[in-house]
Amino acid sequence: MRNFIRFLLRYHLFFLFLFLETISFYLLVNYNHHHRQTFLNSSGRFAAGVLQISSTFSDYFSLKRANEELSRENAFLRSQLPSPEHFEADQPFGPGQAPATLNYLFRPARVINNSVNKHHNYLTINRGESHGIEAGMGVISARGLVGVVRHTSKGYATVISLLNTQLKISAKLRETDHFGSLEWDARSYQHVLLNEIPAHAPVAVGDAVVTSGYSSIFPENILIGTIEDFELNQGEGFYVIRVKLSIDFKNLTHVEVVEKIDREEINELEKLTEND
Amino acid sequence: MINYLGRYLLSFAAILLIQILVLNNLNLGGYVNPWLYVLFLLILPVEMPGWLLLVIGFFTGLLMDLFLNTIGMHTAATVFLCFLRPSLLRIFAPRDGYEPGSLPTRAHFGLAWFMKYASLAVVAHHLFLFFTEAFGFSKPGATLSKTLLSSAATLAVILLAQLFSSQQKRI
Repeated sequence: MRNFIRFLLRYHLFFLFLFLETISFYLLVNYNHHHRQTFLNSSGRFAAGVLQISSTFSDYFSLKRANEELSRENAFLRSQLPSPEHFEADQPFGPGQAPATLNYLFRPARVINNSVNKHHNYLTINRGESHGIEAGMGVISARGLVGVVRHTSKGYATVISLLNTQLKISAKLRETDHFGSLEWDARSYQHVLLNEIPAHAPVAVGDAVVTSGYSSIFPENILIGTIEDFELNQGEGFYVIRVKLSIDFKNLTHVEVVEKIDREEINELEKLTEND
Repeated sequence: MINYLGRYLLSFAAILLIQILVLNNLNLGGYVNPWLYVLFLLILPVEMPGWLLLVIGFFTGLLMDLFLNTIGMHTAATVFLCFLRPSLLRIFAPRDGYEPGSLPTRAHFGLAWFMKYASLAVVAHHLFLFFTEAFGFSKPGATLSKTLLSSAATLAVILLAQLFSSQQKRI
């Protein structure tokens, strides 16, 4: 026993080192696999406060670009408005006939922290629970898909960026509606990979890739990017498609959080079916 | 020691603010990111007891992780660096040992000595950091090149910081 204590004392630094490394790796692994560490991320009040102050300064440098982006979005929204004669000719919307976009609520938010150079990239936005944001909601911008809300605090939320190897999104080819799954290969912040597109689908460089609308997170036909190149995986009969993102993650300032209004109803229904 | 406390707190705050507000937003080519905060751990007094060094390293890393959303990653790397630091200092020790009260900085031992010491420490830290980041990935080539590029960037920023700091035998 005495020898054991002497041994511990002699190597106390090494044991302290092992102990602290164990804590570090425990945090690392736990944080990556479970979603419980809400209080230890940048939606925490202190870190988010500092980042918010920093962003109030840095926002001035990107005013020009932000204006361009907002005006582009205005133009897009105006193009979505039905023209007056359209209203007269068609019958008014009856119950259950509302266009698909009416099922979604869009809430604007500003990005206050962002990264593109890690394997697991996250964004922090300045809207949280008190603005109605919940984990699992989708995040888009005027130029395309951004990510999915992961944690929320009272006034802030963190978002798993599309540039995160842990995120998989259901996407389809706009021309033919063939759908597959989209994930990031941690190489370039401008590209993602689209897998599981069957070999008989016509694929061409330059075709648009959009969200499929099969998950209850994103509306259908949100632009993700365009096909840059592709190759056929001979053994499995699937294409591996390299998609150039339409959105530049390096200068992202204004985003919108998407809420599907019937999300809970749909989830409950699907759960019922799975249980059968 | 107490005399140093205020100065160290000040330099800690300054280094941390530069790291978070400036350097973390500086994505040079998507790969390179200078981690200036390592400098704070390098310039702690030579005689600081090992356990205190480890504890300080742990909390410095944890604080960085809180801002970067990478809980545990930088913590693991800084603890590793702090464990290594006494051995590093032993390698670079002057012939008749360190004088009491000396700090491992440029002001005390000269620029060449400091850069040798800092290079080894920074490369060790970055190697650990990027292999921890790539956790579960098997691309050693990419990780190594990332380590070398980022180490060069970190060392450049550390050199700048040391050139701007006081020449006197203080911090």
